[in-house]
Amino acid sequence: MSELRPELKYLASHEWARIEDDGTVTVGITDHAQAALGDVVFVETPEVGSTVTAGEEAGVVESVKAASDIFSPVTGEVIAVNDALEDAPETVNGSPYDDGWFFKVKVEDVSELDDAMDADAYKATIEEE
Amino acid sequence: MSLKETALVSEHQALGGKLVDFGGWNMPLHYGSQIEEHHAVRQDAGMFDVSHMTVVDLSGDDSKAFLQKLLANDVDKLKQVGKALYTGMLNEKGGVIDDLIVYLMANGYRLVVNCATREKDLAWMDSVAADFKVSLKERDDLSMIAIQGPNARQKTDSVLEGISGLDALSVFQGMDLTILGRQDWFVARTGYTGEDGYEIMVPNDQAASFWQALVQAGVKPCGLGARDTLRLEAGMNLYGHEMDEDTSPLVANMGWTIAWAPEEREFIGRAALEKEKADGVKEKLVGLVLSEKGVLRAEQEVILSEDGPRGVITSGTFSPTLGYSVALARVPVSIAETAHVQVRNKRLPVAVVKPTFVRNGKKV
Repeated sequence: MSELRPELKYLASHEWARIEDDGTVTVGITDHAQAALGDVVFVETPEVGSTVTAGEEAGVVESVKAASDIFSPVTGEVIAVNDALEDAPETVNGSPYDDGWFFKVKVEDVSELDDAMDADAYKATIEEE
Repeated sequence: MSLKETALVSEHQALGGKLVDFGGWNMPLHYGSQIEEHHAVRQDAGMFDVSHMTVVDLSGDDSKAFLQKLLANDVDKLKQVGKALYTGMLNEKGGVIDDLIVYLMANGYRLVVNCATREKDLAWMDSVAADFKVSLKERDDLSMIAIQGPNARQKTDSVLEGISGLDALSVFQGMDLTILGRQDWFVARTGYTGEDGYEIMVPNDQAASFWQALVQAGVKPCGLGARDTLRLEAGMNLYGHEMDEDTSPLVANMGWTIAWAPEEREFIGRAALEKEKADGVKEKLVGLVLSEKGVLRAEQEVILSEDGPRGVITSGTFSPTLGYSVALARVPVSIAETAHVQVRNKRLPVAVVKPTFVRNGKKV
């Protein structure tokens, strides 16, 4: 069974979002997503300073098996990306919610996440798959 | 429709294998990490359940004549019992119905064909066999385990203690262990990874205990995911990717498997291949190497020039051994030493190389 974190918000496309104490939002992919992808070999994150839009592509994660788009759960400026994934993409498999985060966004409107799922709702969607 | 299961399915489940539908069979894709399993084969010893493959025994007075008609390679090359030959089985237009290994056995021949092509292969063999005195018998009573890697033979030999002669087995040579007291066991020094090792056929009811003994001996269970990245690095063809019924062996890097001599041997597809050769072969199979970030995948387009003919990637992956992406591609013979591949929204430069990337653990 894949791990879920109660404090996170989830998208049906298997990204998670965490609202940090300073109001920024950190984005990654779920434990369920990393398990389905298998060994991650490349991660393409958005550039720092670029703008991401809620529901639109913000990057790509490639595993041995397949390439998968990463969708941003929020709109705003990218203020940090996880450079460590460049040399150690397998971190996404080992620590999807902590060391394997993808990027951080200075959000314009945090209420965009009101439509995202909580852990229970996300759990229900992955059990249907 | 329920999936077919090999005699080892409980072993895969007990080991935490991720089982997927593989050509109608419930087979392990990996047991945790495909990359770790890949490395185990390159650096030590790994094993694969390949019992989904189809084993057919051929007997009868016309067996040799039948195979000389059926196969593009010539079984007359098999002079010693147990010896193996890799060959294509072609249709009349010179396309590949399947690729297979044929062994010379004491009482006939043994063919090992792909699982995905089983029905059409058997139907084709039956139709060609109508003119010959032969009988074909599918051996679904046998399981098959491939043990591969630099330490694979030594670890397997330790399990098969008391069986003499294994150390003298040459490459592409097999031996029947029946006379040594193991009824229907067959050990061959063959594989699909570019490493040394064995493919071993074993009666279904003894497969699980043999598998467990191999685990005890330090052979790492590997899924079919690693099998694919290993064969791709080794530049070995996969049916349905590098060749199919519309692809000639001449464009699929299988020219070496066509036995043209003797000229009077009329194997199926010969006339079409001779015409193709006379007209000039238009395409070939090459290797592609991507040094930038990204992964080449099957069906991506290979661009030689803006307006000219294009090629296509037949298999692509991230190479765990090399740390970058490699691919096999079918391209116009005019291709230069570099080309471009359309990867998603980017056009990436690739080097064009011979279609082999890794052999015996090393970059080639």
